[in-house]
Amino acid sequence: MKVALTNKKQIQIKSGVLQQLLAFASLIVLVLVFTLSSDNFFRFDNLMGILLSTAVIGVLALGSTFVIVTGGIDLAVGTVMTFSSVMTGVIITFWNLPIPFGIAGGIATGAACGLISGLAVAKMKIPPFIATLAMMMITKGLSLVISGTKPIYFDEPHAADFSKISLGSVTKWLIGVEIPNAVLIFFGLAIVAGLLLTKTIVGRYNFALGSNEEATRLSGVNVNLWKIVIYTITGAFAGIAGILMASRLNSAQPALGTGYELEAIAAVVIGGTSLSGGQGTILGTVIGALIMSVLTNGLRILSVPQEWQTVIIGLVVIGAVYADILRRRKA
Amino acid sequence: MVNQPLVIMEGIEKSFPGVHALNQCRLELRAGEVHALVGENGAGKSTMMKILTGVYRKDAGRIVYKGQEVDIPNTKAAQQIGIGMIHQELNLMPHLTVAQNIYIGREPRRKFRLLLNEKALEEKVRELFRTMNLDLDPRAKVSDLTVAKQQMVEIAKALSFRSEVLIMDEPTAALTTSEIEELFRMIEQLKASGVGVVYISHRMDELKRITDRITVMRDGCYIDTVNTAEVSVDRIISMMVGREIYHSVERTAIGDSAETVLEVRGLNRGKAVRDVGFHLKKGEILGFAGLMGAGRTEVARAIFGADRIDSGEILIRGKRVSIRSPYDAVKHGIGYLSEDRKRFGLLVDMDVQSNVAIASYGKFRRLGWMKRDAIESSAEQVVDALKVKTPNVSQKVKFLSGGNQQKVVIGKWLTKDSDILIFDEPTRGIDVGAKGEIYKLLEELAEQGKSIIMISSELPEILRMSHRVIVMCEGRITGQLTREEADQEKIMKFATSRTG
Repeated sequence: MKVALTNKKQIQIKSGVLQQLLAFASLIVLVLVFTLSSDNFFRFDNLMGILLSTAVIGVLALGSTFVIVTGGIDLAVGTVMTFSSVMTGVIITFWNLPIPFGIAGGIATGAACGLISGLAVAKMKIPPFIATLAMMMITKGLSLVISGTKPIYFDEPHAADFSKISLGSVTKWLIGVEIPNAVLIFFGLAIVAGLLLTKTIVGRYNFALGSNEEATRLSGVNVNLWKIVIYTITGAFAGIAGILMASRLNSAQPALGTGYELEAIAAVVIGGTSLSGGQGTILGTVIGALIMSVLTNGLRILSVPQEWQTVIIGLVVIGAVYADILRRRKA
Repeated sequence: MVNQPLVIMEGIEKSFPGVHALNQCRLELRAGEVHALVGENGAGKSTMMKILTGVYRKDAGRIVYKGQEVDIPNTKAAQQIGIGMIHQELNLMPHLTVAQNIYIGREPRRKFRLLLNEKALEEKVRELFRTMNLDLDPRAKVSDLTVAKQQMVEIAKALSFRSEVLIMDEPTAALTTSEIEELFRMIEQLKASGVGVVYISHRMDELKRITDRITVMRDGCYIDTVNTAEVSVDRIISMMVGREIYHSVERTAIGDSAETVLEVRGLNRGKAVRDVGFHLKKGEILGFAGLMGAGRTEVARAIFGADRIDSGEILIRGKRVSIRSPYDAVKHGIGYLSEDRKRFGLLVDMDVQSNVAIASYGKFRRLGWMKRDAIESSAEQVVDALKVKTPNVSQKVKFLSGGNQQKVVIGKWLTKDSDILIFDEPTRGIDVGAKGEIYKLLEELAEQGKSIIMISSELPEILRMSHRVIVMCEGRITGQLTREEADQEKIMKFATSRTG
């Protein structure tokens, strides 16, 4: 009997590894297909372009992974991102404060929005879909109100370095390879998110909430508090995404952001995180985000019209989730 | 025809990755008999029944149904040839009516098959109930029915497929004594009409009463089939477990000098809990007896802060405490083990160590980081101490048997080191062998100075375990008995003494 049980465990480990490999393999296949189809694809600057365009959605997706693992959803991340970038613009350009204040303010704005969503979900018992839908509308409106519907440019002398947050490259200075900072920040945040989700108490409660919220509550866990913490984390990631976005465009664009939340959710789902909660990995989310931007970039290089790109990504979402369901059914 | 068995399953083999679940198993069911299938959890009873109902496919062996070898590739095929199953967890849609539930997927329709014919549906169901001698309104909403009535709806649904074989999995688990009588009358009637019933239960007294023959399984093997009348309960149990089960020792009452750990005064919550007051001493097992719906679970949940109370005081070691949530209760050293482990007790998709540690991360963290080694070694200790059968602490809880899952929940509160443990139906859905182990564990915990409230609907369990018994009826405490005073008759008298 003991031998039999050990076998079973080995099989489980194998299927876990297989899952990671499967998502990674599809990414590799995509890269190979595009490399073979076009000479322009597998070039350093194009690959960096892909990574750079992954960074913003990727950071949003990292944050979204947290709420989705609890079985919740955050529809506000896209517009919270915008709102945060607008607030950063307000602090740096309108109030003439130094860049670090703008960064702190942007992240704090995102976290505050997450906190409010969390309070609405945990304390007022409003379903996450509705609470964050409301937050999406509120932040969308506030961004336009505060900016006066016009972009805020970072063109004051003391903000000259602001665009370097995303577009500068520490690695060029360090090792001579020009990897944009936004990409480094994305991967750095992925590591932070991975540690949070697997090594810390927040992560453990995160999975516990997604697995069985009532049992978690009846274990004496302060579920309301932890839900609020988790929505705040998601909001903070949206805040960081907002700064990366603003830095990349060297301006805060108040009309941008709507729809980003759905792309972030798509990346999370392609990465194998279950929308019903309790399951998910950060590595999966990173791969999911990369698959989306590799697809977009590759299709653009192959001159597939923008409209069709969207159709294809829609199909990929269905395919990825279906593959995941098939795999789970077998396991 | 009379002597020909209705169903013969023989040489049945089934393996899952790494587990040989069934090894040359057999079962013979005659028409008009109630045939008990018994065995500990994991013995293979449900796997066997899942093969008969087409949920699983057998690896080898044959199934002969009414003299013909049949292949049952899926549940629909089983339904069509007349094999129906009443699951332990009822599969009804609570928002639909009785009639809508029974004919779900087969609704009578009007012209062009577009519109539903509710009238014809109702008539069909009325006719069905007439043949069953069942008094039930087809238009009633299922959520308004008692569990017993819902079960009748399930049985009616199975019979509406003209089932000749009916499998019942723990049908009495959630029923009161009078409801059980009603169910037994129905079973007798089915018998008389020639239906063969496979009856899965852990309750020996029921087996003796209702069944004609008993097939015993153990560790995926067929042990024996015996005539119920010719065999004693002890013999059945020893066939099932293949070993002696634990018998409790005589214990003396807890003295008056013992410290009062918990005192509840004037607890009220709607109609479910009315003016409940009692105390619990250190090292005591306090039994809460009563019929289903007497308000015992509600009292437990109120004390634990799981539900809001209207009024009442809770004192722990003489000090008034405010418990507004389970978080507060756990801080005050209370642990609650729900009757519904899967819904309220376990994180089934997570592993043993996460489940055992879930209430105790206060001591398993350093600045927000989990102390993984501490969690693992603590979980291993608990697993050893409680003899949880699991290959390791990283096994997902959903792969454990009911008894072992219950031990994991107990382990959660031991890890938290709670002094007051509220066990709500601690042995529900647990097989006989594991029951003994749970009893022993409860006694050991009490000896170590833990104070235990044990809610149970099984009177033998109450009588065997409790130092003192509190009986509830319709939200009120209607009687208190010492171990010496308590017997089945007295408890039943209090449990039914409705005050109106």
